Amino acid sequence: MTDLPTDLTRATAAVLAEALASKTISSVELTQAHLDRIEAVDGAVHAYLHVDHEGALAAARGIDDRRSSREALGVLAGVPIAVKDVMATRGLPTTCGSKMLEGWIPPYDATVVTKLREAGLPILGKTNMDEFAMGSSTEHSAYGPSHNPWDLERIPGGSGGGSSSVLASFQSPLATGTDTGGSIRQPAAVTATVGTKPTYGGVSRYGLVALASSLDQAGPCGRTVLDTALLHAVMGGHDPMDSTSIDAPVPAVVEAARRADVKGLRIGVVKELGGEGYQAGVRSRFEESVQLLVDLGAEVVEVSCPNFEYALAAYYLILPSEASSNLAKFDAMRYGMRVLPEGVDAPSAEQVMSATRDAGFGPEVKRRIILGTYALSSGYYDAYYGSAQKVRTLIAQDFDAAFGQVDVLVSPTAPTTAFKLGDKLDDPMAMYLNDIATIPANLAGVPGMSLPSGLAEEDGLPVGFQILAPAMQDDRLYAVGAALEGALTDRWGGPILDGIPDLPSAGAAGSSNAKGA
Amino acid sequence: MTTTHQADAVVDYDEALSRFDPVMGLEVHVELHTNTKMFCGCPTEFGAEPNSQVCPVCLGLPGALPVVNEKAVESAIRIGLALNCEIASWCRFARKNYFYPDMPKNFQTSQYDEPIAFEGYLDVDVDDGSGGTEVFRVEIERAHMEEDTGKSLHIGGATGRIHGADHSLVDYNRAGIPLIEIVTKPLVGAGARAPEVAKAYVAALRELLRALDVSDVKMEQGSMRCDANVSLRAKTGEPTSAEQLAVPLGTRTETKNVNSLRSVERAIRYEISRHAAVLDSGRSILQETRHWHEDTGVTTSGRVKSDADDYRYFPEPDLVPVAPSRELVEALAATLPEPPAERRKRLQNDWGYSDLEMRDVYNAGAAELIEQTVAAGASPAAARKWWLGEPSRRANEEATDLVSYAAGIGFTPATVAELDSLVRSGRLNDSMAREVLSGVLAGEGGPTAVADAKGLELKQDDGALEAAVDVVIAANPDVAAKISDGKVAAAGALIGQVMKAMKGQADAGKARELILAKLQ
Repeated sequence: MTDLPTDLTRATAAVLAEALASKTISSVELTQAHLDRIEAVDGAVHAYLHVDHEGALAAARGIDDRRSSREALGVLAGVPIAVKDVMATRGLPTTCGSKMLEGWIPPYDATVVTKLREAGLPILGKTNMDEFAMGSSTEHSAYGPSHNPWDLERIPGGSGGGSSSVLASFQSPLATGTDTGGSIRQPAAVTATVGTKPTYGGVSRYGLVALASSLDQAGPCGRTVLDTALLHAVMGGHDPMDSTSIDAPVPAVVEAARRADVKGLRIGVVKELGGEGYQAGVRSRFEESVQLLVDLGAEVVEVSCPNFEYALAAYYLILPSEASSNLAKFDAMRYGMRVLPEGVDAPSAEQVMSATRDAGFGPEVKRRIILGTYALSSGYYDAYYGSAQKVRTLIAQDFDAAFGQVDVLVSPTAPTTAFKLGDKLDDPMAMYLNDIATIPANLAGVPGMSLPSGLAEEDGLPVGFQILAPAMQDDRLYAVGAALEGALTDRWGGPILDGIPDLPSAGAAGSSNAKGA
Repeated sequence: MTTTHQADAVVDYDEALSRFDPVMGLEVHVELHTNTKMFCGCPTEFGAEPNSQVCPVCLGLPGALPVVNEKAVESAIRIGLALNCEIASWCRFARKNYFYPDMPKNFQTSQYDEPIAFEGYLDVDVDDGSGGTEVFRVEIERAHMEEDTGKSLHIGGATGRIHGADHSLVDYNRAGIPLIEIVTKPLVGAGARAPEVAKAYVAALRELLRALDVSDVKMEQGSMRCDANVSLRAKTGEPTSAEQLAVPLGTRTETKNVNSLRSVERAIRYEISRHAAVLDSGRSILQETRHWHEDTGVTTSGRVKSDADDYRYFPEPDLVPVAPSRELVEALAATLPEPPAERRKRLQNDWGYSDLEMRDVYNAGAAELIEQTVAAGASPAAARKWWLGEPSRRANEEATDLVSYAAGIGFTPATVAELDSLVRSGRLNDSMAREVLSGVLAGEGGPTAVADAKGLELKQDDGALEAAVDVVIAANPDVAAKISDGKVAAAGALIGQVMKAMKGQADAGKARELILAKLQ
């Protein structure tokens, strides 16, 4: 076993789990260390929207007590976690990054959260995100953006930029995410962390504030492939409360991560996800990693998925269509924000709905609601939503054909490294292009992972490597990811995050990036 | 203050029918009486404390997801089969998007172009105008599954309607209760009998659903609701003539809130007369929803509808398709009750009723009651006589149906059978039995108890009866002579006097026997 570092927040979840199991450390001690770290650095990072000191410590104490009484506990029992604010948490605010849900405290837990609690993971808090998960930078959060710990001037990815920056700034060893078009994988890529979008239906969606129901998938985020696998095993599995949940055992992801073997595996490089439009440093890190996989004994071929070209267009019809309907429930009638229209004496319910939605939704949310409403309108349905669904079928067929030839597909996770906050805010199309390589997996429902492949030479920022596997073969992501991670770590002489710059601590003067309090 | 409606001009019904051919379309919503809601585990009981039967799913809380109630799907399939429909081997739910405060998600999970059941029919009996019945085939377009909405209560206004109210409350107990919407194809060819056909269809549908045991089908509680679409087109010939059927349909109105069988007939009749007046005046019909007012017997304008109404339907991504296997459909087909039309023929045959008697029984909604009464030992004739008499009269008086009236006062088929047994055993004669029935209906107890309390019992003392007969014969020598001459019918006059002498406490049949025996 790896030695336990003095600073517990630097350890991996796997190492912490062993230290907890052997009672070398207590969960209270570990949880407190993370709460202290949050106190120290989150002013600069702004990764959390809500920190639950008392709840986390109470859960930690509970686990310590149960361990003392020799109760059989789950592998990750006592390891703290950060939960993306898209997941309903009983008794804890759940805003989804929107003013619309400011102050809303759900009366129930998302199934994923129930599983975390049952597995004994103390919940440190809720992480920042683009409003209703619409965005690739967290700049669309109604509560201000999170900052990339590699460079506080830059985006931490999105929508799950809170979770990725929490991991990269050692404010939690684990985090949850949701990935509708790349919201787990792209933030992982730009922060040199790991994130998996499981097979659609592999993790329950019950209790996730829905963005696009047919695309949304919750998944694990960690700093290593093994940590991510351990969390995947906790989060996954059939849920009778989610009709789209797959009634089958979770693929053996932890075993695969420990096996870390690619010998004889056929790996396909997706021709359409690379080359032109991809930053030079992204391409060179990608090619290096592919070469490492060859060195490890994999057989690499180029594979073409011709319809991926249309994925972004189809995605930006299907997502807004479903979102426009999913977000209709925010109407001020039962929960959340309520705004009365100005200058109206006795407003009707419709007027209150309208005023509230006008005040409560941010510009990106409104943009997508309008797009979706338009795409579903009679007379346009066939041309837009209907055609997009056909493209979706073609993309699934491309995957089927590709997986007929190879075991996994690989590509860069995102075309560029982290861009500067504000750079793409006024150009939605440029923002959308960030997800070009991650979107096909969501459209087809297949699993995908991003893990770090190094830093781009031109800007010194992290580059992500994406692995895609056939549905319900999530374990292959972990076998390939762990093998590559091992080889890269050897080459780097240690984990990539060892090289991340120190963050300004709370109280340190002159932190231009410190937001809020 | 009472509601006043701007009275619309109407044309006399017969006159309207002389120039126009009515076409109808009926949409019936039926709440299934499953134990739990369509997409969650909440109970469905009627009349519970407001918002006591709700959860994150039926309140539309962020993140909550629906799961299909399998029992509701089975009920939908059974309804489809009973309506002679095709059953989809694969179909999806769809979202119908529109904003309304009593709809938690601001979309209704329904079915759009892939209904669970389609292309069926229901044969209904209507009066043929000469005392007999005629079968009218109502073609069914589709039956689909959806969820009910919550209920808005408007507080502070004079009328209980949203207009004038100072605030509204919403009860979400009803939100998510499984509904089956049954839609007919345009009903053509009924001519002047259109309102009657509509009523007969809704009645037959209600009977069918009751037999299927899938719904309470209580129109007054809203567990069965009818929307009636009506349009008129120029009359060019007999309603079923090819010439008439070729005339394009006129603009329709959809009348909502038609919540009794009687209202179905009245509302359609009214709309036909109103449409005729509009068309006669040279104006055109506005495609709109209309609200039926039971009290005043008129419809008023509701929301203007147009073909541009856009619900932005799309397949519900939170649910997987419904794909009932052949085996399941066959198994459900095996659970169907006897088709009501066949059942009716069988019962009529078993009971020996005439067509007219049978129709009266059905119009009174007494078939099941009579069936149970006969099963409890009464004769079919007696069962019909008792149910269609005083209880039916009182149910009518209270503007309710016979079944509800009887259930409300605990008057059961067993009660009627008991009454009949008292007559058949010779304890009560007909007039005594009527008196006992009044007591039972007044809540004085069961038939035997009421008869005991009132001291009603035929005198079994043949001596007293014989003495009375002798006295009456002696007092009426001329009548006695006629009887002796073979004019048996004259005995009636003597029987009456004997009964009077006995103060009604005698068996008239026995008195007749004695009189005839003595004089012939």
